Amino acid sequence: MPNASDTLFKTLADPTRRAIFEQLCRKGEQTVGALTIKAGVSQPAVSKHLGVLKQAGLVRDRHEGRQTHYSAQLGALGPLVDWTSQMTGFWQSRFDHLEDLLKRMDQ
Amino acid sequence: MNTAATETLTVTVEREIPYPPEKIWRALTQPHLIEEWLMKSDFKPVADHRFSFRADWGSVDCQVLSIEDGKTLSYTWAAMGLDSVVTWTLTPSGAGTLLRMEQAGFRTDQKQAFHGARFGWQKFFESLEQALARTD
Repeated sequence: MPNASDTLFKTLADPTRRAIFEQLCRKGEQTVGALTIKAGVSQPAVSKHLGVLKQAGLVRDRHEGRQTHYSAQLGALGPLVDWTSQMTGFWQSRFDHLEDLLKRMDQ
Repeated sequence: MNTAATETLTVTVEREIPYPPEKIWRALTQPHLIEEWLMKSDFKPVADHRFSFRADWGSVDCQVLSIEDGKTLSYTWAAMGLDSVVTWTLTPSGAGTLLRMEQAGFRTDQKQAFHGARFGWQKFFESLEQALARTD
């Protein structure tokens, strides 16, 4: 697996982190405080998750006064939503299986 | 066109197969054979029939759109939050058959596709978590 998708998978594999990311996707830009209320974990824990999400390019932060606002970066999901190449690979392997089956049906 | 531009995604796989169309047709339409190369299903070669493909990673919801015995078969294919249509075409070619599969998917913009994909992805991520847990 290429490095970029590997990071993406690992980042989103954590349920709490994924919930934070989904919250940002659904509700748009939010502060750490607002995210903490929804997440059910402590504010430092939320900040830590946001740091990991930021490293993976999944969120962007914007400072305004003493507040930091976070927003989801959907473009970073590219490797996961590359539907065309995923499906091409899927069907190519199914065609291989189909040919194997047709050979067996001969016997 | 702005951010709501509709995007069509098409996947085509085509192959010359050294068997007659009738034989390939059986493999495409008989559940006990479909299971051998694609997935388990309750497919029936009847227009409008709703069925699903099932695998250990989840399932695909389908409905037969059109069927022409031995020649073409198309069904809807809804999985991972994206709706698509799979069309099989069998054309006799020399001693065998040219088998063509075209899958056309539709999504509006990325954000919408993401929202639609959320539930599919949750399942996907759950199996991913299990896979990651095993490799740790």
